[in-house]
Amino acid sequence: MAANPALLSPPAFDVERVRRDFPILGTHVNGHPLVYLDSAASSQRPWPVIRAVEAYETRSHANVHRGVHALSQAATAAFEGARERVRRFINARSVREVIFVRGTTEGINLVAQSYARPRFKAGDEILISALEHHADIVPWQLVCEQTGAVLKVAPINRRGELEFEEFLRLLSPRTRLVGVAHVSNALGTVLPVKRIIEAAHAAGAVVLIDGAQAVPHTPVDVAALGADFYAFSAHKLYGPTGIGVLYAREELLQAMPPWQGGGDMILTVSFEKSTWNELPYKFEAGTPNISGAVGLAAAIDYVEALGLPAIAAHEDRLLRRATAALAQMPDIELIGTAAHKASVLSFTMKDVHPHDLGTILDAEGVAVRTGHHCAMPVMTFFGIPATARASFACYNTDADVDALVAALKRAREVFH
Amino acid sequence: MDLKELYRDVILDHNKRPRNFGTLAGSAARADGHNPLCGDRLTVTLRLDGERIEDIRFEGKGCAISTASASLMTEAVKGKDRAAVHMLFGQVHDLLTRADAPAPEALGKLAALSGVREFPARVKCASLCWHTLNAALEEGAATVSTE
Repeated sequence: MAANPALLSPPAFDVERVRRDFPILGTHVNGHPLVYLDSAASSQRPWPVIRAVEAYETRSHANVHRGVHALSQAATAAFEGARERVRRFINARSVREVIFVRGTTEGINLVAQSYARPRFKAGDEILISALEHHADIVPWQLVCEQTGAVLKVAPINRRGELEFEEFLRLLSPRTRLVGVAHVSNALGTVLPVKRIIEAAHAAGAVVLIDGAQAVPHTPVDVAALGADFYAFSAHKLYGPTGIGVLYAREELLQAMPPWQGGGDMILTVSFEKSTWNELPYKFEAGTPNISGAVGLAAAIDYVEALGLPAIAAHEDRLLRRATAALAQMPDIELIGTAAHKASVLSFTMKDVHPHDLGTILDAEGVAVRTGHHCAMPVMTFFGIPATARASFACYNTDADVDALVAALKRAREVFH
Repeated sequence: MDLKELYRDVILDHNKRPRNFGTLAGSAARADGHNPLCGDRLTVTLRLDGERIEDIRFEGKGCAISTASASLMTEAVKGKDRAAVHMLFGQVHDLLTRADAPAPEALGKLAALSGVREFPARVKCASLCWHTLNAALEEGAATVSTE
């Protein structure tokens, strides 16, 4: 029997079909069809996510883990079903390792305050990289102030890549925790997280990975990576805002004290002493973002149906097309030219401040992020106040790249 | 949304060739302004003759709107006394934020900033220099921020 060729090669990525799933892409901005190139800040939502949240809100909402009535059980089933969906998505061993948080930032703060703060002593070291988002800098600075621990920073090179040898040199028996991005939000650099984790573990440190920019672009297997902590946000993964995940190894979570106190995180409360609920609820005080979790589960279903490798290949093609086009423009400088990048194209235009660039592009319907991207040390390293950043998602097209290039030419005309 | 309304020739000219750019040495009053959103920073130095601004300079790095606004401001306030500067700031503020505000004649070239009000995200760019000037006019001024 002859092999069916359709089974041998994956189907072509049908971006037009994908676009029909995202209602906002049909809107106009300033008289132009929206060209949305700001998904690294927040991605848009597809119908399946919007509808899953609507279905929950219209048919299943009540508080979770509390009532014996039917709706509370439906809401609990939806919420805990979402947790199991996340567990499978990142290949955690148990749902006890999946903590729902507001987003990546809250996940990192939880680790800083509940893992690091009670343990770290004066002279202990926390090692991060020079390309971190403020969310992977400031929580550690707070811990350093609280404990006397010292923040160490592994440098990057002019391409925006981690200097791995320098990173290894900074690892020492004093290093208690390593916190690095999986993918840089400002530069697009993909970090060698598996090697980082192996080296850190060999030095006796635990590792937190800020996965906010990675999860939308690459399959993440926390068990294979060996990460101790891995945090990400739903809203960069086509899901709702205000919900994210902190994955942590169960034995670490067992040993950590609660972070916030309140309802749901307790077993018993008396005025003398309270006892803590089991994992993961010990870290989820208060009524959680139930509809957000439902939306996140729908978003995971959505990206897995499209296939993360297919999404990544599509985005990589767009990134290469845009990089080549911008490289042709003599007054554009690309910021972040790592060999291994994902989705993000940061740049400056000679004599045009990124803020002006953002306004001019917006007038053409092209949405990019301009500013320091919550990574001021990265801007300082490159000696610039800010960049413009185009970022690509599953719904972007060659036409979007062309619109960006045309809008940049328009900016050049305004600032002739 | 008309870009030409925002980036008028006067704005582009003052961005490219900012007037009164630099710092005043000596016993000048000084303040730093910072817009954390876009990273704009500028320093205003000025020399007072009694209540009157005898001389003024600004220095910094920012977008076209913030640079041009600061340049236009230095031209407009040089030679004016505090009360007149205060009134002018009020008029500029109205110009930047109130859709119906006609540009009073007293604003002169500053009226070129009227296009900014169509771009709410940019109002802070234009007003940073004025807040910084205010700080410089007050004793013991520190860094001001638009946030």
